[in-house]
Amino acid sequence: MFQAKTKNLKNFSTSAERFEGANLLCPGCAHSIIVREVLNATNDNLILAASTGCLEVCTAVYPHTSWDASWIHIGFENGSSAVAGAEAMYKALKNKGRLKQPDRTPKFVAFGGDGATYDIGFQWISGCFERGHDMMYVCLDNEVYANTGGQRSSSTPIGASATTTPAGRISYGEKQNKKDIMAIMAAHGAPYVAQVAPNKWKDMVAKIQKGFATEGPVFINAMSACTTEWKFAPEDTIAISDLATDSLVFPLYEIIDGTKLNITYRPKNVIPVRDYLGAQGRFKHLFTKQNEYLIDEWQARVDAKWEQLQRREEACL
Amino acid sequence: MAELFELHDIEVWDGNMAASHALRQAQVDVVAAYPITPSTPIVENYANFMANGYVDGEFVMAESEHGAMSCCIGASAAGGRVATATSSQGFALMLETLYSASGMRLPIVLNVVNRAIGAPLNVNGDHSDMYMGRDSGWIQIDCYNPQDAYDMNLVAFRVSEDHDIRLPAMVHQDGFMTSHTAQRVKTLADDVAYKFIGEFKPMNDMLDLDHPVTHGAQTEEDWHFEHKARQHHALMSAVLPKIQEAFDALKALTGRQYNIVESYNMDDADIAIVCMGTSVETAEEVSNELRAQGIKAGVVGIRIFRPFPLEQIADVLKGCKAIAALDRSSPNGTVGALFNELAGALFNTGTHAVLTNYIYGLGGRDLTKSSLHSIYRDLQANAEAGCPTTSLQQFTGLRGPKLSFF
Repeated sequence: MFQAKTKNLKNFSTSAERFEGANLLCPGCAHSIIVREVLNATNDNLILAASTGCLEVCTAVYPHTSWDASWIHIGFENGSSAVAGAEAMYKALKNKGRLKQPDRTPKFVAFGGDGATYDIGFQWISGCFERGHDMMYVCLDNEVYANTGGQRSSSTPIGASATTTPAGRISYGEKQNKKDIMAIMAAHGAPYVAQVAPNKWKDMVAKIQKGFATEGPVFINAMSACTTEWKFAPEDTIAISDLATDSLVFPLYEIIDGTKLNITYRPKNVIPVRDYLGAQGRFKHLFTKQNEYLIDEWQARVDAKWEQLQRREEACL
Repeated sequence: MAELFELHDIEVWDGNMAASHALRQAQVDVVAAYPITPSTPIVENYANFMANGYVDGEFVMAESEHGAMSCCIGASAAGGRVATATSSQGFALMLETLYSASGMRLPIVLNVVNRAIGAPLNVNGDHSDMYMGRDSGWIQIDCYNPQDAYDMNLVAFRVSEDHDIRLPAMVHQDGFMTSHTAQRVKTLADDVAYKFIGEFKPMNDMLDLDHPVTHGAQTEEDWHFEHKARQHHALMSAVLPKIQEAFDALKALTGRQYNIVESYNMDDADIAIVCMGTSVETAEEVSNELRAQGIKAGVVGIRIFRPFPLEQIADVLKGCKAIAALDRSSPNGTVGALFNELAGALFNTGTHAVLTNYIYGLGGRDLTKSSLHSIYRDLQANAEAGCPTTSLQQFTGLRGPKLSFF
């Protein structure tokens, strides 16, 4: 039986594996940290799906699999529906008394990157959440189509240089702000929506476990720092993640029943957004005379969002 | 436990209602669907059965046809009986996932109520959607009337779920002409129909929690070819014998005889029309009229479109002098698909039959008896001349100047 050990990092790191280390993800990829912790956050059996993307192509290349739990991949846009279909079958067979292990209740989880979540798969996720399937959807948000070489998604933040929005002589890169997926998913009335980051692992595991204990559709937006496309050294994944959460570029919070917002991490020392941007190659071109105003705008946006989250939390709406 | 639905031995059902009752009797575990004309009533009827306790599976009303088939795939991989319905644009939206379902060897039954594909937008019956599915790796069974729509659904579940096959199956009926035309349908009692289909036997089911499985793995040039070859092998070698077995069992049960290739007035036929769907019965009527005049006219109906029964078709047509392939889908740049199939079936068989192609009935345009008489007249001339006396491809029932090619 799997043991969800969350007391300290050492015993958590030695907990049983249902997601094998034998996979093709880049060294330093945050996906593997997040996925492993999601799977280890429950002792229950798991039925998993992945949308096409880094996680999928790196963990199930025939004749190998990295998954010691039932897993399905169909296409880029429909990991959510795959798990929703499996969940519907579980309910049908339970009702008809045909489950092979009727005493066990598996958890249903779909993984997708930000491309599969914010963009191409959004309609499918929205459908699953509106219908209220008992499932968890985890977005591995690395803010870019990393699997196909770094094209922009609607999660790519303004000013980032992506291969389809490259910074150049007359362009500062991505022109649009990152889509607010948390607000959109909360607006579905989902019972639990949370943003997590792997550097704050206790917060992450607590939220995943809360999600597993919740009946109905749960959305987890997990920041997944991408060594390849964000352009930082593979050993710096957690350090970059720290910069993201401590600069409040990636605030950690949860929204319950679409209304009640709780901020779950308040950095003791908030660091400037400039420090977060400066640590990554994708923002290098912002540190020039002609683009520097964008860094100030970034800081203003992050401050405003943080203010808004705090007001939302106080309002208890 | 679902309520028993008392049926009369003969019901007056349209094709959609016939399909809905077959789904109900199959005790499908998960139906995930999205409504689209003209298949919508299948889904509505099923929802009605559910609302009144006649089915006890799960019913997922998806946000699109793509989502519906995606749910069907997840449900089928989880390990149970799955079915849905669609048409036309919805079928086109589903197409990506149709390849996934067959490639993952998942026995899903899809009712396709055939309808034209826009533009221009059109809700009526032609075979554009059926043709779009022909390379997708599904079994494709064609119905000519509501009775067929009922019987072929029962056959589809039985064949598709067989462990030697494990391939999804489409059951096609013509939009409105079959789907919305009420006719007498001979029924089976619920328990008899269920017994004919058989219990669902799971294989590689995700819900077997002690035996985790990986579905939908990636293969590149190292393994992809072998996977697709195995899939094709299963379609080519296992399906037709199992369908024949199911047809034989259905005949023993009901007396109704279905065949891999349906032939009518073909024993001594000199000229033959080969067609699909509702056109088959109209052509049969015209062939009877010609027979009364001493013209040896026959009809071949395609019952199984995939796998295409090349040998059986060639055998039925071997004595013919002139053959017309009727395609109810815009060929868009070549000969009709059915013409191509027949050419492939007949080439190398030693036949000297003259083969021509007619495009008809697009967007639900009626195929009239006078059109069919005209085609048979062409065939008679071709048979007598021993070579084509017309263009290879002609449009029939089209307004404006005559359109023909090749």
